[in-house]
Amino acid sequence: MIRDITIGQYFAGDSPLHRCDARMKLALTFAFMIVIFVCGNFFSLGLIALAALALALLSRVPGGMLLRSLRPIVMLVVFTSVLNLLYTTDENTHALLQIPLHFRGWVITVTREGAFTAIFTTVRILCLLLVSSLLTYTTTPSMLTAGLEHLLKPLAKLRVPVAAFAMMMTLALRFVPTLVEETDRIMNAQKSRGSNLETGSLLQRVKAFVPVLVPLFISAFRRAAELANAMESRCYTGTNERTGMKQLRLRARDYIALSAVLLLLGGVVTLNVFFGKIV
Amino acid sequence: MNASVSVELQELCFRYPHGGKDAPHTLEGVTLAVERGSLLAIIGHTGSGKSTLVQHLNALLKPSAGTVLIEGKNIHENKHAIREARFRVGLCFQYPEYQLFEETVEKDIAYGPKNMELPAGEIAARVHRAAGLVGLDAALLPKSPLELSGGEKRRAAVAGVVAMEPQVLVLDEPTAGLDPHGRGQMHAMIRRFRRETGRTVLLISHSMEDVAALADRVLVLDRGHAAMHGTPAQVFARAAELEAMGLSVPPVTRIFRLLREKGVNVPAEVFTVAQAEEAIRGLL
Ligand SMILES: Nc1ncnc2c1ncn2[C@@H]1O[C@H](COP(=O)(O)OP(=O)(O)OP(=O)(O)O)[C@@H](O)[C@H]1O
Ligand SMILES: [Mg+2]
Repeated sequence: MIRDITIGQYFAGDSPLHRCDARMKLALTFAFMIVIFVCGNFFSLGLIALAALALALLSRVPGGMLLRSLRPIVMLVVFTSVLNLLYTTDENTHALLQIPLHFRGWVITVTREGAFTAIFTTVRILCLLLVSSLLTYTTTPSMLTAGLEHLLKPLAKLRVPVAAFAMMMTLALRFVPTLVEETDRIMNAQKSRGSNLETGSLLQRVKAFVPVLVPLFISAFRRAAELANAMESRCYTGTNERTGMKQLRLRARDYIALSAVLLLLGGVVTLNVFFGKIV
Repeated sequence: MNASVSVELQELCFRYPHGGKDAPHTLEGVTLAVERGSLLAIIGHTGSGKSTLVQHLNALLKPSAGTVLIEGKNIHENKHAIREARFRVGLCFQYPEYQLFEETVEKDIAYGPKNMELPAGEIAARVHRAAGLVGLDAALLPKSPLELSGGEKRRAAVAGVVAMEPQVLVLDEPTAGLDPHGRGQMHAMIRRFRRETGRTVLLISHSMEDVAALADRVLVLDRGHAAMHGTPAQVFARAAELEAMGLSVPPVTRIFRLLREKGVNVPAEVFTVAQAEEAIRGLL
């Protein structure tokens, strides 16, 4: 069913990660991603993977949920791994395995370098995804938006409508479940009139979705107009002077988190220098 | 099995997959037989599973246990049977006006019949018959659905289901959000549909007046159980139990019950305003 889609996957909890300030979490997630790209050999990669796993444990989000968030990119990981395995060949590489194809004398060569790159890339992608899903698992969408708004505040001086963007994001997130429910309802109504959404050629199926999409857009526009009226009648103007209901405050644990990430960065750079970069 | 039974449910159980593992079943062993040509009203507190129940009748939902028989045929026997059930049972959802999508009302009503792959002449005939049945002015047919009033949209949407000429017509709260005039027209439409086609109708309603005025039989759902099943007289006689389930009897029935408690000699079995009028005339 279409309800299976989860966006803004928050896992309610009270772990140290949950209690961190949203701004700090956003900034540190970004920093962590940079660290992942800085890392250049298996030692630093190992350190990063350990740190990511430690964060996952600290968040107390069930392992099953974390695995589920990794599932969408399995195909991507497999694809890049295969490419890396097969396409890293030149004079300086060491062949690990040769598979002759009985076709025009082609031979598939798996090299040691290819295997390294494949493993390296896979671990990197997994770490990236794990850290970013930890951010959304431990931060409510509204706190995320508030955090983002605060971080982008400086742009308001350049007349960028930061508050309006933040409001747009909040509203979009708020209406995702509503739209999913509505889609479900309209799909059921049209199925009851015999529309066939499951079988047929691609073109037929795209055409079968017109009776779902048209009512969906009509009601989305109607909802938008109603919401705009409701907001304007409560004097919403979209200026940058609005204050948030929940005030963000940096506490000791946020600075501890900051130091931990800085330490990680230091560790990774040291390991890079010490053992050399291979990627 | 009885040849005059149109819809039969046997020990129907259902649980929404996202309710969690130990969430209670939304439907717990509902067994029911609806006689062909009769009107069954389904009543129940909000969240009691009425909409969930009727979505089983045209195979939108698959029961976790139990069977659904339409005209004696198990609708989950195979893929073909599912599709057949979609056309045999016309399901009209709550607020069906949101399903309109075509450029003209006429095309929208024709959507179901077109999916049935009927010949063009038959489709046109059905569209006009359905529009007549629901009381939709022929002048509205070439208009865009967006230009209709709320009540007209509702009737156009119902016509879209009626045009499939289903053996069983299921209406989920068709009078929700309508004014008294719109409700009267919806009642007239249901009566006309039954008179002219003789088909079975299932009606979900929160209005006990609607139920008393239209139903042959009443099914009371309470947290997924079939709590009562009988004629309106049998069901509305159990006022205390209904109230315990968050339901009520029609307002006139309550008035007449109070009158009897005060010692006025009026009949207890009064469910509609017409019956009340008659009873009072008898007193005078
Ligand atoms: N798509 C769904 N996914 C999960 N749970 C659902 C879904 N639809 C309904 N439910 C739950 O199933 C129960 C029965 O819902 P249902 O819509 O059948 O009630 P109803 O009797 O039609 O109520 P109402 O009178 O308000 O229309 C409710 O507790 C509801 O929360
Ligand atoms: Mg309902």
